[in-house]
Amino acid sequence: MKTLSIALRIFLLFTILTGVIYPLLVTGIAQVVFPHQANGSLILKDNKLIGSELIGQKFDSTIYFSSRPSAIENNPLPSGGSNYGLKSAKLKAQVAERKSKFIKFNQLEQNAEIPSEMLFASASGLDPHISPEAADLQINRIAKARNFSNVQKQKLKMLVQTIKESPQLTCLGESRVNILQLNIALDKLK
Amino acid sequence: MFTTYDFLQIVIFLGLLIGLTPVLGNYMYKVFAGEKHLMSAPFGWLERLTYKLVGVDATKETNWKSYTFGLLLFNLIGFLFVFIIQLTQAFLPLNPAHLPNVSWHSAFNTAVSFMTNTNWQGYSGETTLSYFVQMLGLTVQNFVSAATGIAVLLALAKGLSRKTTDKLGNFWVDLTRSTIYVLLPLSILFAVFLVGQGVVQNFDSYQTAHTLQGTEQVIPMGPAASQIAIKQLGTNGGGFFNANSAHPFENPTPLSNLLEMLAILMIPAGLTFTYGKMVGSKKQGWTIFTVMFILLVAGLSISLYSEYAANPIFGHLPLMEGKETRFGITNSIIWSTSTSAASNGSVIAMHDSLSPLAGMVAMINIMLGEIIFGGVGAGIYGMVVFIILTVFIAGLMVGRTPEYLGKKVERFEVTMAIIANVITSFAILLFTAWAAVSTLGLSSLNNAGPHGFSEILYAFSSAAGNNGSAFAGLNANTVFYNLLLGFGMLIGRFGVIIPIMAIAGSMAKKKITPVSAGTFQTDNWLFISLLIGVILIVGGLTYFPALSLGPIVEHILMNSGITF
Repeated sequence: MKTLSIALRIFLLFTILTGVIYPLLVTGIAQVVFPHQANGSLILKDNKLIGSELIGQKFDSTIYFSSRPSAIENNPLPSGGSNYGLKSAKLKAQVAERKSKFIKFNQLEQNAEIPSEMLFASASGLDPHISPEAADLQINRIAKARNFSNVQKQKLKMLVQTIKESPQLTCLGESRVNILQLNIALDKLK
Repeated sequence: MFTTYDFLQIVIFLGLLIGLTPVLGNYMYKVFAGEKHLMSAPFGWLERLTYKLVGVDATKETNWKSYTFGLLLFNLIGFLFVFIIQLTQAFLPLNPAHLPNVSWHSAFNTAVSFMTNTNWQGYSGETTLSYFVQMLGLTVQNFVSAATGIAVLLALAKGLSRKTTDKLGNFWVDLTRSTIYVLLPLSILFAVFLVGQGVVQNFDSYQTAHTLQGTEQVIPMGPAASQIAIKQLGTNGGGFFNANSAHPFENPTPLSNLLEMLAILMIPAGLTFTYGKMVGSKKQGWTIFTVMFILLVAGLSISLYSEYAANPIFGHLPLMEGKETRFGITNSIIWSTSTSAASNGSVIAMHDSLSPLAGMVAMINIMLGEIIFGGVGAGIYGMVVFIILTVFIAGLMVGRTPEYLGKKVERFEVTMAIIANVITSFAILLFTAWAAVSTLGLSSLNNAGPHGFSEILYAFSSAAGNNGSAFAGLNANTVFYNLLLGFGMLIGRFGVIIPIMAIAGSMAKKKITPVSAGTFQTDNWLFISLLIGVILIVGGLTYFPALSLGPIVEHILMNSGITF
C-alpha cells in the first residue's frame, strides 16, 4: 500500500514536472529567443500565409522550379515516404517515368543525367530542398516559360547561386536549394 | 559517390561521441553516487522537495524484490494513464485539431510502447494525438522510461560492486536523480537549441497556407522541440510527426541532425564510463565501450558499402528513395545504424527503402538485443547478459568456476542470463512466424516478395528489442499487430528487466574473491574478442535462418535485377 502511494505521488509529480512545466518552460524561452522558428518559420505575403520555409510545397508548373516527388503529394497530414523497397517493381517503374517526364518537361537531352532526388520520393514527403544541379537543369525551361530576356536569365542563374545553401559549418550535410524561397524570389525577379 | 566530406562527417560524429563519454559519464557517476556536482546547486532543492512531497526516505535502501516491485508498479501506473488519456482525448483540453478518441487497440499499443521505452508508433502523430496526450502522456513516459532503464542499471552495478548484502539502493531515488539531474537539464538545453534550428514549439492550431501554385496546405504545429529533445536523449525515438526525424519540423538542418545523432548515443555511451567507475574499474567500462564501438563501426561500414554499391535495378544512381536532400546518403546511414544500435528508433530515412544489407544491419543491431550502446541503461544491462555468458563459456573451456568482477557466476545467474537472452528471440521469431502465415498478418504488407517478410520480421524485432523503428510500409495499426506487437514489447522489456534484477540481487549477496594470477581478466583485448564472438555467434545462430529468408535473399535477388 505504501509503495502504491509513493508510486502514484511520484508519477503525478513527474507528470507535472516533465509533462507541464518542462514543455511550458521550453515554449517560454523559445517564444522569446526564437519566435520565428518556434512558430514554424512561416512566410507571410500581404498578411496572408503562403507556407513555411521548412515545409516543401508541390511545384509542377512550367514557371516554377519543380520540387521533389512526394509520396503524400506534399500534404503534411500525415507526413511520410513511399516505403517501397528497392526491389519494388512499382518503384522501378516510377523512377523510369519520372526520369522521362523530367527530361521532356525541361527539354533536356535524352541521355541527360538527372539528379537522383528528382527521381526518388523523399522520406518526409515534405523535403523543402533539391540539389543545386537539379535547379540548374530547370533554368532554361523557366526562362522560356516566363519569356525572360538573356539578362533576366543570367539574373536567374545568379539567383539560384544566392539561394543555394552550402554544407552547414562547411562540412555538414549536402549543398541544397530551398525551393519555396527560390520560387518566391523568382516571382520577384524583374 | 562516397567523398572525403562523407568520411569527415563520420569522423566528427564518432570523435565527439568518444570525447563526450568520459565527461558525461563522470558527471553521471557523481549524480548517482550522491556526490556534489554541477547541478546540485540549481536543482538540488527539487530533489529534496520531491522526496518530501512523495514521502520517500532517501537513505533507506531495499532488496531486489522491493526495488523491482516499485519499478513495475510505477510503470503500470504510467501505462494506465497514457492508455486512458488517449481513449478520452476528445474530452480533454489542448486538442486544437479536434482529433477524436483513439481506438482501444491503438491506445494499448501506444501506451505499452512509450512505457517500455520502445516508442513504436502504429499511429501518425499529427493526425491522431492531441497536444495534451503528446505532452502529459508521451513526453512524461519519454523521461521516466529512460530513467527506469538507468535505475535497473544502477541496481545491477550496485549488485556487482557490493558484497554480502541484499540492499540494491532505492528505486525512487535512482528514478528521481536520473530525471532531475541528467535527463531534464540536457533536454532543456537541447530543446532550446533545436528551436533555434527551426523545430516548432508552440500551442497554435494547424495553419492553412495558400501556396504559390494556389492550392491549400495545412501545416501542423505543436510543442515538438520539448518532446524531440527527450526522445533522442532518452533513446525513445517516438516522433511528434509521422515522418519522425525526417520531418523538417523535427530535424531541420544538418547541424540539428549531427546533434540529434549524438543525443541518441551519448547517454548510453556515457553510462559505460559511469558503470566502470561504479564497479571500481574504469577499464571495465572502457571494455564495454570498445565492444559496442567496434560493433557500431562494423555495422556502419557494411551499411555504407551496401548503399554506395551499384545495383542492377538502379545502376549507379544514388539511392535517394525515402531520404532527404539536406542529409544525403551518408548521414541517413550513420543515423540508421545509430538509431538501431541504440534502441532509439527515430529515423531520418525510411528504413523500408534502404538497400537490403543496410536494412539488415539495422535489423541485426536490434536482434542482438540492443546492446550496441542500446537503450539508456538497457544497453549495458543487456551487455552484462552477454558478459555472463562469455565468462561462463570461457570458464567451461578452461575448467574453472567463472567469475565476473570477483563474483562467482553460478547456475542461478547463468539461468537468468539465458532467460533474458532467449525470451526476446522467442517473441521475435514466434510472432514473426505467426504473422507470416496468417491472413491478418499478411494483409498489412506494403511490399511483395521477400521484402514483405522483412517488413514483418523488422516489426517484431523492433517491438521485442524495444527499438521502435520500422519498415514503415507495414500497416501496423490493426487489432492483430497492435496487440501482438504490444505483447512483444512487454516481453522484450520486462522479460529482461526481471531476470537482470534477480541477477543483481543474487550477486549482491556474494563475497568478492580477490584478484589472483588465476583470475580470468574481463578487461583486455582477449576478452573483447571473446565477447564479440559470443554476441555474434549467439545472435547469428538465432536469427540467421530468418534473415536468410528476408534481407539476404533480397540482396541476392536485387543483384540479379529481379523486382517484385
